[in-house]
Amino acid sequence: MSVLVVVECDNGEVKKSSLEVASYGSQVAQMLGTTATAVAVGEATEANLAKLGEQGISKVLYDAEPRLKDFVNGAYTKLIAGAAEKESSLVIVLANSNIGASVGSRLSVRLQASLATNVVELPKNNGGQFTVKRGAFSGKAFADVVLMGERKILAVKKNSIEALHNAGQVAQVERFSASLTDADFVDAPKQVVMQDQAGGVLLPEADLVVSGGRGMKGPENWHLIEDLAKALGAATACSKPVSDVDWRPHHEHVGQTGITVSPNLYIACGISGAIQHLAGVNSSKVIVVINKDPEAPFFKAADYGIVGDVFEVLPKLTQAIKELN
Amino acid sequence: MKFLVCISNVPDTTTKITFTPDNKEFNKAGVQFVINPWDEYALTRAIELKEAQGAGTVTVLNVGEADTEPNIRKALAIGADDAIRVNAAPKDAYFVAQQIAAVAKEGAYDVILMGKESIDYNGFQVHGMVGEMLGIPTVAPAMKLDMSGSTATLEREIEGGKEIVEVSAPFVASCQQPMCEPRIPNMRGIMTARTKPLKVVEAVGEGARTEVAEFALPPKKQGVKLIPAESAGELIRLLRNEAKVI
Repeated sequence: MSVLVVVECDNGEVKKSSLEVASYGSQVAQMLGTTATAVAVGEATEANLAKLGEQGISKVLYDAEPRLKDFVNGAYTKLIAGAAEKESSLVIVLANSNIGASVGSRLSVRLQASLATNVVELPKNNGGQFTVKRGAFSGKAFADVVLMGERKILAVKKNSIEALHNAGQVAQVERFSASLTDADFVDAPKQVVMQDQAGGVLLPEADLVVSGGRGMKGPENWHLIEDLAKALGAATACSKPVSDVDWRPHHEHVGQTGITVSPNLYIACGISGAIQHLAGVNSSKVIVVINKDPEAPFFKAADYGIVGDVFEVLPKLTQAIKELN
Repeated sequence: MKFLVCISNVPDTTTKITFTPDNKEFNKAGVQFVINPWDEYALTRAIELKEAQGAGTVTVLNVGEADTEPNIRKALAIGADDAIRVNAAPKDAYFVAQQIAAVAKEGAYDVILMGKESIDYNGFQVHGMVGEMLGIPTVAPAMKLDMSGSTATLEREIEGGKEIVEVSAPFVASCQQPMCEPRIPNMRGIMTARTKPLKVVEAVGEGARTEVAEFALPPKKQGVKLIPAESAGELIRLLRNEAKVI
């Protein structure tokens, strides 16, 4: 009956978003009066998995099959379904990532579960009605969704809840085999290409984001964005017009039809703040807008603003951070 | 190759979102509906692949009531050959997935394409559900799709990179940029779309598994605190000491 938590690992480490998912799962378990078991996917080490005790996880199931290192939808689905059967789990929690949503949607059919993605809060369980709040309309609204049926799957949006850190708590790591066969690996990747991360931070996992728009005037000026990002330890992003004209790659495009981010800090440089862009960033905790046009609509959605020329303001900010550190 | 492209009917991206007084439904009054922008990548790519193969058909499928037909006609004008509308309001992802799976099975489609997610519900669920219901692979979200015979090579986006995946038809893919440059209808397309077949079928399967109890708008911001450009460094101090985010 334990709550099953799917943790994504990369290069031996549990991803930060999965620490949040584990903390979410253990709090749901507490609410339901049961324990939380994790199942690990990706490249993990047993030592790091044991540390999931700090997020309230009692037990971690781990299949050491080497082909599970990369994301394979078929195999991951079978592995997690197997773990859910073993633990008789009625609630499964995953990250609302490309992996989590891909696997979660298949699992919901296989396990006859109801599914909510983009979940932003802990569930409410009142009078047998299980309700969660999720983001809808591309960040322009929220919906309280009732999940029907006995089994539920929740995909939790990054940075929606704080990760727990109960120092010293250790989870028991248990080898688990889902008896995977070649047929489960038909969508195994032929090749995996990771973005150049030299000194950079990945946008989907980032706590701090520095983003540039058309006001940056051209890709040759992007070092101003990159310098500030580097000083802060932030990821870089851009608006749709910028990726449309290939100043920056598509995976940096934040907005309604790009990726949605919810970092602690989003600094928008030379972005006017079209409604489609705001949709991708408005769940950020703090928004800073730098724009020379005081009428830019983005200022209405901002916490802090500087009306000024990005080419003068950005170097000053970078300098100020360097002095602070 | 038979392509099935699933489109949803969504509020235009510039829409200001409001709800009915009981907060149970989206307020459609005065709202312009469009083909879901993610679905446009699926539609255009299917047409391009059909043209490259010099054979095959592109069928567009929508689960919706009669008011979605203008956008179905638009998809036909862009270049789909025929259309099917499942006559029902799309209650939730599971409900919609059942309709798509039933149509896909009945028509023995080789490639089932759709956008990554709809910009209204943002479920990012239907692709995987359909794949599982049909027992075929799903590649989601796909940034690139090429076909050689019945073998497809796709780029699947993962956090921080991409995987190159090869699957054989039949399969499902959910599409996103930079897969192609979405086409817009031309005059000839608009004329021919009027007479292309649009079949209406009734919904099948079980009902929904989820239900919206209430919609809400995000809390309003307190108002922006402006810092003079000359003392830009002050912003960093505020971010550390007041907002405590760095």
